Amino acid sequence: MIKRNLAAAGMIALAAAAVGAVPSPAGAKTLVYCSEGSPENFNPMLNTTGTTFDANRPIYQRLVAFTPGTTKTEPSLAESWDISADGKTITFHLRHGVKWQSNKDFTPTRDFNADDVIFSFERQWKDSNPYHKVSGGGYSYFGDMDLPKILSSIDKIDDYTVRFVLNMPQAPFIPDMAMDFASIQSKEYADALLKAGKPEQIDQVPIGTGPFELQQYQRDSTIRYRAFKDYWGTKPHIDTLVFSINKDPAVRLAKLRANECQVMSFPNIADLPAIREDKSLQLMEQPGLNIGYLAFNVQKKPLDDVRVRKAINMAIDKKAILAAVYQGAGLPAKNLIPPTMWSYNDQVQDFPYDPAAAKKLLAEAGLPDGFDTDLWAMPVQRPYNPDAKRIGELMQADLAKVGIKAKIVSYEWGEYRKRVQAGEHMMAQLGWTGDNGDPDNFFSPLASCAAARPGGGSSTKWCNEKFDALIQKAATLSDQADRAKLYEQAQVIMHEDAPYFLIAHSVVFMPMRANVVGYKMSPFGAHDFANVDLK
Amino acid sequence: MSSTASAPVQATGAAARPMPGTLRLFWRSFAENRGAVLGLSITLVLIVVALLADVVAPHSPIEQFRDNFLTPPVWAQGGTARFLLGTDDVGRDILSRLIFGARLSLLIGIAVVALSLAVGTVLGLLAAFAGGFVDVAIMRMMDIVLVFPSLLLAIVIVAILGPGLFNAMIAVAIVTLPSYTRLTRAAALSELARDYVTATRCAGAGPLRLMFNTVLPNCVAPLIVQATLGFATAILDAAALGFLGLGAQPPTPEWGTMLAGALQFYQRAWWVLAFPGLAILLTVLAFNLFGDGLRDALDPKLRR
Amino acid sequence: MLRYLLRRIGMIVPTFVAVTFLSFMLIRLVPGDPIEVRAGEHGVPPERLAEFRHQFGLDQPLWKQFLDYEAQLLHGDFGTSIVTQDSVLHAFFQLFPATIELSVCAILFAVLVGMPLGVIAAVKRGSGFDYGLMGISVTGASMPIPWWGLMMILIFSVALGWTPVSGRISDAYFIDPVTGFMLIDCWWSDDAGACTSAASHLILPTIVLGTIPLAVVARMTRSAMLEVLSEDYIRTARAKGLGGLRVVVIHALRNALIPVVTVIGLQVGSLLSGAILTETIFSWPGVGHWLIESIQRRDYPVLQGGTLLIATLVMLVNLGVDMTYGFLNPRIRR
Repeated sequence: MIKRNLAAAGMIALAAAAVGAVPSPAGAKTLVYCSEGSPENFNPMLNTTGTTFDANRPIYQRLVAFTPGTTKTEPSLAESWDISADGKTITFHLRHGVKWQSNKDFTPTRDFNADDVIFSFERQWKDSNPYHKVSGGGYSYFGDMDLPKILSSIDKIDDYTVRFVLNMPQAPFIPDMAMDFASIQSKEYADALLKAGKPEQIDQVPIGTGPFELQQYQRDSTIRYRAFKDYWGTKPHIDTLVFSINKDPAVRLAKLRANECQVMSFPNIADLPAIREDKSLQLMEQPGLNIGYLAFNVQKKPLDDVRVRKAINMAIDKKAILAAVYQGAGLPAKNLIPPTMWSYNDQVQDFPYDPAAAKKLLAEAGLPDGFDTDLWAMPVQRPYNPDAKRIGELMQADLAKVGIKAKIVSYEWGEYRKRVQAGEHMMAQLGWTGDNGDPDNFFSPLASCAAARPGGGSSTKWCNEKFDALIQKAATLSDQADRAKLYEQAQVIMHEDAPYFLIAHSVVFMPMRANVVGYKMSPFGAHDFANVDLK
Repeated sequence: MSSTASAPVQATGAAARPMPGTLRLFWRSFAENRGAVLGLSITLVLIVVALLADVVAPHSPIEQFRDNFLTPPVWAQGGTARFLLGTDDVGRDILSRLIFGARLSLLIGIAVVALSLAVGTVLGLLAAFAGGFVDVAIMRMMDIVLVFPSLLLAIVIVAILGPGLFNAMIAVAIVTLPSYTRLTRAAALSELARDYVTATRCAGAGPLRLMFNTVLPNCVAPLIVQATLGFATAILDAAALGFLGLGAQPPTPEWGTMLAGALQFYQRAWWVLAFPGLAILLTVLAFNLFGDGLRDALDPKLRR
Repeated sequence: MLRYLLRRIGMIVPTFVAVTFLSFMLIRLVPGDPIEVRAGEHGVPPERLAEFRHQFGLDQPLWKQFLDYEAQLLHGDFGTSIVTQDSVLHAFFQLFPATIELSVCAILFAVLVGMPLGVIAAVKRGSGFDYGLMGISVTGASMPIPWWGLMMILIFSVALGWTPVSGRISDAYFIDPVTGFMLIDCWWSDDAGACTSAASHLILPTIVLGTIPLAVVARMTRSAMLEVLSEDYIRTARAKGLGGLRVVVIHALRNALIPVVTVIGLQVGSLLSGAILTETIFSWPGVGHWLIESIQRRDYPVLQGGTLLIATLVMLVNLGVDMTYGFLNPRIRR
């Protein structure tokens, strides 16, 4: 009798489940995006993660925008701009008739104007701004882009004209203005909140000029946006945009398959073949602006010997790593910059996988029996390295074959990066993601002599004067062809000195339902749904 | 008494070894419990497998067969007899990893139980004997540890010490400490009230002697039971930490860590998830059955 | 009863202070720096790091930080997240209903399934049903929760497609979080399917989180029933010719309830441990999930405030269990 009752209860539960699994789409056009995490808050100035930038992109806009799918820039909140002959004065002419969004506590009384631009930059720049310290006041990108050093003044010429004066000419300044940290917030909203005594609300309940406004955020669960009806640009095709948050890529895929979401971020590469086979899905892909590598600390023995570094380069089977860990989602790397970037030197020949030759080189270096070393693996997934521990294991096995006994070491992520930058490791995996598409954005922070100081950004502590002179010179030139030549030479020098085992440039994939149209992948890894439609 | 008397007679026989009466009674009552015997048998098999891992395992637990990523188990389509339970995502034989993992699991159990048993017993005896402020201090400490969800506390401790098998064991030992302390204190207190303790004390025994030679041996039964069950808890908790990436680090074939490694692949290759989990379940089950049997046999009051 | 209550509450205050101290100290010992963790490959220049640390009071001597923290607590301020800039208390109350909803369902599942099974096993002692149930019960208590959850997803969600994979409700429904309990809030939704969806999302997590309590409850009910059934007054009742079911339900079960309630109460701590794992597996937006994340981010205030809130809760539940116990068993009240 009990058995029957249990069975009946089970049937009811399962029936309920079966009905629940197929939700009815709610009237208007809704696009659900299965995203990988919660945003830290709703202000891109304060943050550095792509997840947070993605969640803010529907809401906020910048003076300049990246043309969707490219690294080129186009006008956005600024209709046009003039750059003075010396490159130090940039005048932005702002767009008229741009409306601010509203919420239940705030209704804007005016359109977007120069005050908003000045407020948004001074908030990040000036101690005297009442908002400078609000929400912790960590403006990482503003600092990373060196703006405190570069900016001299920002002046309002009239309500629709703003002039930026720089201390030095800065070629990537316009692309910098298209980056997420340069988003524009409403000064009127800020003033109202300050008066109400809750300034931190500006970063929790956002007001922007973008195509969507925030409707609801349920922590760790969903973000809901609705189309902003007074948006100045082309109205989005979808009425409701939902970010459904889930950390597990397998779960995101299961939801995509069940049409519970229509676009998903960062699939498991192991699932790519199945996604390609599925007729109801499409898979977009694009090489990322990144590099994952194993850095040799050239200041430590025996890695100070270029023969040892070359031997390791030949001892590790790069193909096996790409097959097992990247599983087709990576391009084998032979230069520090990715092949999509201008000045990439394709003449450089990668080291072959040749354990015998590696052993010989080791013997020449006086280490016929190999040596003991550590091999650091970061504890987190990074865009350029899907699984550092797995890669570490594969490398460890390969190195053991030539007599090098590597011990895998890991620390908590912040600690890890700090220790690597301090040069505590012998060999450490790390990598880099580009910010603005310029080669200098790779070479200077990673491989210059300045970065090789203890605590500097270089994880090899490698300082080659010839290489350094080349990249220093290239940074000051304005002609791209001239710069490219210097960078190409620099890549040859780097290859010959082998301070890295360069692993791969990862490829970014975006699976989506077959009926999604108009999605363009951004080279910067941004996820943007302004132009997306459902057929 | 009669069985002790007959013991010398039996001792001359080759097959039947003499058994002191209480032990034999205990065994008889233990053997009655089929579950307990099953648990004991699985435990013994596990110990043998762990000891003979080098001989039993078909492959090295960390050797990567680069042509055999995610090979299914032998009976599934695409499986091969070379890898009976299939391979993981870097081509390691799952069966061999499980066999070597048995060593680690037993090691975890022994280390955690030994640590928390030793410390817990001393603290418990101290609390019982000293009484007063010491008692209150120790027991309040234990209460406070118990107020935190054990996994949360273990995670924080591992975060402090850094991830790794050894640190995970320390964390688990700390969070399981209160049960041993409480148990020892309760048992010791009830013993202390007995006449023989008073008698020994009057005979001039020092407190240490009283603690370890007189009282402790009489508290052993519940502690043995708790230790056996603690074995199971230790393995489960260590596996949970491993699952969260805080336990043994790769390529160590620890079962919980294997589960964590399976996360990316389990929808495509069920075997990378199913077998390590089954191994944990079976081991924990064995110790639980064994422990229950011990309790029933040692403590007639609790039987049925 | 009142004196007993006061004594129990009196014991809570020093424990609470000690718990604040312990959570404060433990979290300071965790290596890593919240500011450092947030920086990507760029890292943070030391001068900016120093400025941030000053702002969050992390450069003060430990004793001063602790006193400041206690003072804050007295004002009901549990701190502000370094990462999200949101108040810890606010976040906790946003997420906690999800954890309660799941835990309550798991406990209900354990009690509603476990108690009847335990009663039957006791009545039919020694039968195949009894042995089977005890076998299943010890297996349930031995279950590695992460594995169990993933296997359930693999079987019921992935292979059979019967249950949703994760989350609390389908994203197609717009739910206004009035109470935070999805099963209640869904009634205000315009869509008819909302409650069905919410219920179906609860099935697997409930079973997974309820497995261990179920095993414990079934076992405890059985042994408590056995004890009660062998007592004289039950025999008397039976001898008086009262029907079997009536004796079992009215007389025996009522008395067997005491140890069972205690055991359920004692399960709350381990239930929260289980909730951490279950929430992680099913992406359930509750406090367990949140705390794990805050450890990874080294978000001290969240970790500190969150642990403290959870520990307080466990203390209160323990108190509640003691009260219930006292209510069910008047002899204790003296």
